[in-house]
Amino acid sequence: MFQGKQVIVIGERDGLAGPAITTCVGTAGGTVALVHTDCFV
Amino acid sequence: MIQPVIKGYAAILAHASSLVRYGSKPSRQIAATPGLLSTILESVRSYQEALVYAPHQVFIGRMRPHDLRALPFPWLAHSVPADRFTPTGEILPEEELYGLLALADEFGLLSFDPAFAEEAARRFAVHPLLAGSSLERLHEAGRRDLQGVLQSPDTLPLFIEGSQMIGAFRRGEEEDDSLTAPILLENLAAKVTGTLALLHLVSQDGLGAEAVEYVLSCSEEAVGDRYQRGGGNLAKAIAEMAGCGNASGADIKNFCAAPIPALVIAGSLVASGVFENVAVVGGGSVAKLGMKFQGHLKNGIPILEDVLGGIAIWVGRDDGRSPRIRLESVGRHEVKAGSSNQAILEALVARPLERIGRRMTEVDLFGTELHNPEITIPQGNGDIPLRNYRMLASLAALRGEIEASALDAFVERHGVTGFAPTQGHLASAICLLGHARAMLLSKEINTVQLVAKGSLFLGKMTSQSDGMSVLIEA
Repeated sequence: MFQGKQVIVIGERDGLAGPAITTCVGTAGGTVALVHTDCFV
Repeated sequence: MIQPVIKGYAAILAHASSLVRYGSKPSRQIAATPGLLSTILESVRSYQEALVYAPHQVFIGRMRPHDLRALPFPWLAHSVPADRFTPTGEILPEEELYGLLALADEFGLLSFDPAFAEEAARRFAVHPLLAGSSLERLHEAGRRDLQGVLQSPDTLPLFIEGSQMIGAFRRGEEEDDSLTAPILLENLAAKVTGTLALLHLVSQDGLGAEAVEYVLSCSEEAVGDRYQRGGGNLAKAIAEMAGCGNASGADIKNFCAAPIPALVIAGSLVASGVFENVAVVGGGSVAKLGMKFQGHLKNGIPILEDVLGGIAIWVGRDDGRSPRIRLESVGRHEVKAGSSNQAILEALVARPLERIGRRMTEVDLFGTELHNPEITIPQGNGDIPLRNYRMLASLAALRGEIEASALDAFVERHGVTGFAPTQGHLASAICLLGHARAMLLSKEINTVQLVAKGSLFLGKMTSQSDGMSVLIEA
C-alpha cells in the first residue's frame, strides 16, 4: 500500500500514537520521513 | 503487609480568569497578535459563572459525575445549584488566590496595591480554614513599592476582573532563567493550590496536619534553579504551609500520569511500615490556563480553562472502613509494551486484573482521562474520556468478555462523563477518586480501577508514553 512512498506520521496519544502508525506504515512497505506524536490534553 | 487505605480526599478549584493571559498558549498568541488580549479579557467568566458551572461542582464533590449525563449539553447553558464550599473542598475566588500567593511568598516576590491587600485580608478573616492565619506577608506585599517594581521589564503585572491592575510579581534572580517571574508565578500557584487542597484534607474528621509524616507532590511544575531546573521540592513547601510540622516530602514526576504513581508509592510506604500517614498532593497549572482558548473564541463561548485545580489524598493504615489500595494489582506500562493502544491497555488494565483473578467486567467503575469534553470539543480534540472508555470496551470485547455489540453499554455501565478542567495531571483519572471513595464507602460499588497516562515524548527524551493503574476496593 505504501511501497515506495515517503510518509509523514502524525499520531495522538489518546488515539493512535506515532510509533504504532510507523510500525503499520513499515509493514505496508512505506518509509517514514517524519514521525510526531501529540498530546491534545 | 499492612493494608493501605484511602482515608480522605479533597479537591479545590481556584478561579483564575485574570491569569489566563499568562497561560502558555494565550501568552504566546497575545505576543503575536495585536488586539487579542482585549478579546480574551472580554471572553473570560466571572467567579459566579465559574461557580455555577456543573463540571466545577462535580470536581469539588457537590455533584457526582453521573449527574452530568442527566444535564442537557452544552452544560454552559445550564447553571446548577452551587456551593463555594463542600465537605471536601471549595472554589476559591481570584482575589483570595492572589492573597494566598502572598501568604506563600517567603522571598518578597509579590507587591500589591495596599487597598487590595486589605481586601484580601478581610476575606481571609472569614475563611473557615484560613481565619487565624498570620497575614503579615500579605500586609508586607501591600507595603512594597508597587510602582517601582513595575518599572522592571521582567515584572509581571497582576490583575483582577480581567484588567484591574492590583499587583506585580517580580523576577527571583537577575541571572537565573529558572527563576523568572512567569516561572515563579507558576510554581507559587502550584504551591498554594496544593496547600489549599491539603488544608481541606487535614481538616476532615479523624485526620490532622500533625499526623502527616510524608507528603508526595504530583504537581506538574518543576521547582528549581539554573543549576537544577527540576530540583524540587514542592511537597515539603506545601507541607510547611499547611502546618504539617512532622512531615517531610518529595516530588513525583511523570507528566500527567504522576498522581497514580504517587498514590501507589504512598500506599507502598504505608504497607511497608515506613510511614503510617502519607499525603499525596497536586497543585494547579498556570501554564494550562486558556490552553484551548482559540477553539472557544471560534465557537463564541467563554474561555473555559479559567480555573486552577488542587487535590489531596490521605493514605493511611487499614481502619476496617476506608477503601483499600490493592497493591498486588498495580499496572505499569513497561518499556517493551510499545505504543499501540491495545498493548498499553493490556499492560495497564487487563494483566493487573488477571493477576488477582479478575475480569474487566468485574470492575464496577474505571477512571481514565476525564477531561471535560465541553473544553476539548470546540478545539477539535473530541471527547477524550469517551474515546478512552471506548478503547477499554474494545479491549473487553477483544478478550471475549463482552459482545462487540455491547461497547456502548460497557461505556455506560463502567464509565463516567468527563468533568475535569484541562489541568492534565488532575484530569488523568485521579479526579475520580473522591467520588469513587464515596461510592465505595456507601457500598454503591465495590471495585474501581484508576488508569492514568502521561506523554513522556513531549519532553524529547524518549518517544515513549507512560502510564500506571491501581485498583481500589471497598
